[in-house]
Amino acid sequence: MSSAILERQANSQGLPGLKSFRGPFLVLLVFAVVIPQVHSDYLFDAILTPFLAISLAALGLNLLTGYAGQVSLGSAAFMAVGAFAGYNFLLRIPGLPLLAGLAFAGLTAAVIGIVFGLPSLRLRGFYLAVSTLATQFFVQWALTNISWFSNDDTSGVISPPPLHLGGFALDSPVRRYLLCLGVVAVLTFLAMRLVSGQTGRALIAVRDSELGARVLGVKVLRTKLFIFAVSSFYIGVAGALWSFAYLRTIEPDGFDLDRSFQILFVIIIGGLASIRGAFLGAAFIVVLPLLLSRAGAILLGPGFDSGLVDLVQKIFLGALIILFLRLEPAGLSALVGRLRIRRNAT
Amino acid sequence: MVPIAKRLAALARSTALVAGFALAAAIPMVSAQAAQPEQYFPLQSYRVGPYAAGGTGFFGGFIDYMNLINLRDGGVNGVKLTWDECETQYIVERGVECYQRQKTHVPGPSAWNPLSVGIAYAMIDGVTADKVPLITIDHGRTDSTDGAVFPYVFPLLMNPYSESSGIINFIGSRLGGDAKLAGKSIVVLYHGSPYGRETVPIYKLLAAKYGFTVKQIEVPAPGTEQESEWLTIRRTNPNYVVLRGWGVMNPVALKTAQKVGFPADHIIGNVWSNSEEDVIPAGGAAKGYIALTTQATGTTYPVVQDIERLVYGAGKGNLADKARIGSVYHNLGIVNGILNVEAIRIAQAKFGDRTLTGDEVRWGFEHLQLDPARVKALGAEGLFHSINVTCSNHEGDGYVTFQQWDGAKWVRISDWIAPDWTLLRPIIETSANKYAKEHSITPRDCAKETVAAN
Repeated sequence: MSSAILERQANSQGLPGLKSFRGPFLVLLVFAVVIPQVHSDYLFDAILTPFLAISLAALGLNLLTGYAGQVSLGSAAFMAVGAFAGYNFLLRIPGLPLLAGLAFAGLTAAVIGIVFGLPSLRLRGFYLAVSTLATQFFVQWALTNISWFSNDDTSGVISPPPLHLGGFALDSPVRRYLLCLGVVAVLTFLAMRLVSGQTGRALIAVRDSELGARVLGVKVLRTKLFIFAVSSFYIGVAGALWSFAYLRTIEPDGFDLDRSFQILFVIIIGGLASIRGAFLGAAFIVVLPLLLSRAGAILLGPGFDSGLVDLVQKIFLGALIILFLRLEPAGLSALVGRLRIRRNAT
Repeated sequence: MVPIAKRLAALARSTALVAGFALAAAIPMVSAQAAQPEQYFPLQSYRVGPYAAGGTGFFGGFIDYMNLINLRDGGVNGVKLTWDECETQYIVERGVECYQRQKTHVPGPSAWNPLSVGIAYAMIDGVTADKVPLITIDHGRTDSTDGAVFPYVFPLLMNPYSESSGIINFIGSRLGGDAKLAGKSIVVLYHGSPYGRETVPIYKLLAAKYGFTVKQIEVPAPGTEQESEWLTIRRTNPNYVVLRGWGVMNPVALKTAQKVGFPADHIIGNVWSNSEEDVIPAGGAAKGYIALTTQATGTTYPVVQDIERLVYGAGKGNLADKARIGSVYHNLGIVNGILNVEAIRIAQAKFGDRTLTGDEVRWGFEHLQLDPARVKALGAEGLFHSINVTCSNHEGDGYVTFQQWDGAKWVRISDWIAPDWTLLRPIIETSANKYAKEHSITPRDCAKETVAAN
């Protein structure tokens, strides 16, 4: 961990007052009130909704990997569990409210998370990462081969039912976006409370030195399983949002190892052990490529080979990632933090 | 403590930043203001990634045909065809992003042609709400054949069930009649994707009907590793293997088959395992391999020759390699172009020679009836057989044929074959009705629609 993170954690000792929530609250206000005034389905359906879903998944992984130091390559599997569980709960329990469906999706993922978190009691670092790969392969295999999960759909693809929230149809991109925003805001608030309290300190203690944590009286095993459950819950809900609000279709292949890596990259680029980092990283990994691709299409004109634009964009993005990690190994979050410190100093 | 003014300034700055970003995203695609009417086609193409061979060939053929119509005929009755491309890499969420991006085009899209089952599935809700047709030529959701439940989805020429039935009928004819299928054993090796899994139930049903045993083996996508699957096949020792592959999976299958000693001429490829790009990389292992197709290969057809002469002659050809003109994917793209353009022409006859809305184009697709005489007039005789789309039948009863790879080119070895549509129709309707129930859709009454239209 870099010194920037440690410094910031040192600053955030003690339970935060309402003051520390003011910045995030203002951002939320902009996203909830100002942005929905923009009339663009594209903005909501193609940019903000996937951004929120990936941010939430990254937030879940950051709790596990960034705060508690348990590296996981199984994030996409938990997203898949959340998506399919949500679908099945809503399908098989008539009249189940959507939010309850999302909560059950998260809880199912949490149970699976505890089961696959058990190896973490014995394994560390790369060995744990490899053992979480098992989740990735097992879940995808089960969802593909057990047709009950997809309600015996012939191709294993599922379209979620129409979404309703208390008689209010979530049938437009803006409404689906607001659903995501609401869920993400509540869960983010809870995560902020979690990491700034007793549990958060226990997590960091476990990450930095298990032996030391034990000496201090932290129940290491329970803490690890607890954070596996919480993290999986977040990622499961993110998976349900991803498929219900964004893609409107669920298929196991959409949650492959690439997706796990994507979420891992989000928190590395955004900043480990940082709530803000999950959002900044998701903006970088999810939104920036879209803006680049649109900029490329507008600059070069429609006649240009779209495949070539895509390859150039990949090179550009790769170069940016290397540059960022070189200049700020602790992620975008630390970059933003430094800017703020500098501004406050002047 | 920071002065309040400073904080407000900071807030204003960040708000401006967010708003600016929102605006930038909201600005619609810059489109040249056309003086004359245009008909716009959004192309969710894929020119990079593991399926680029299919993407460049298909979208190349589609674009070449639209260029031909613009150059030779000045558009469709004076309406120019326009298009732009958005790269999907065959990945669902990228296809969805492209859909969101391209649907804001002015004038609106005529029809969507994503050439990806996964992307098509994700768009069904959207296109139905937008009232724009979604074309899935030779693939797609089988039950979308039922136009009463899926008014905006068209699996033109052939759906996956028709394809499977055509393959089994062909194997029957190789054995000397459908009765000979009884007691035989067939392995279906399929791509691990929604596309690949689509036919699992129909092969089970066909096996029960004809009395052969079927073993279906999934190859994890993209299919670069198939040792264990082919060892299983060697143990099973089936009479025939049906290859339901896509992209790189196909040459790997043929090479691995040769390694385990399974004869290539007992492997029957489906419509996405039938291209030059599938066999050439396999080298000698592909010689004798047989595959189904809905459109013939080669450049002997007047429409393909026109494209070579007029489009490539004018330096406007889309394929980077001219040798691919007349290849399987290129010709499929051309046939897809013919079907889209003719749907526009048919809709223009009803609504007038102007820029049509998506819903009007849908009407055109629903009345897309091209008999062999019309196909000949279009310069495509022998390229594909015919199509007969109606309100309740969005597939249009396409005919299939089989071709064998002789080591250098595809040679047609069968007549045009009709799949067993009467067997398939009840299953399609059952599945479509299940979908309608899950999604609270009230199916249209096609009998009434036909009367109203006439």
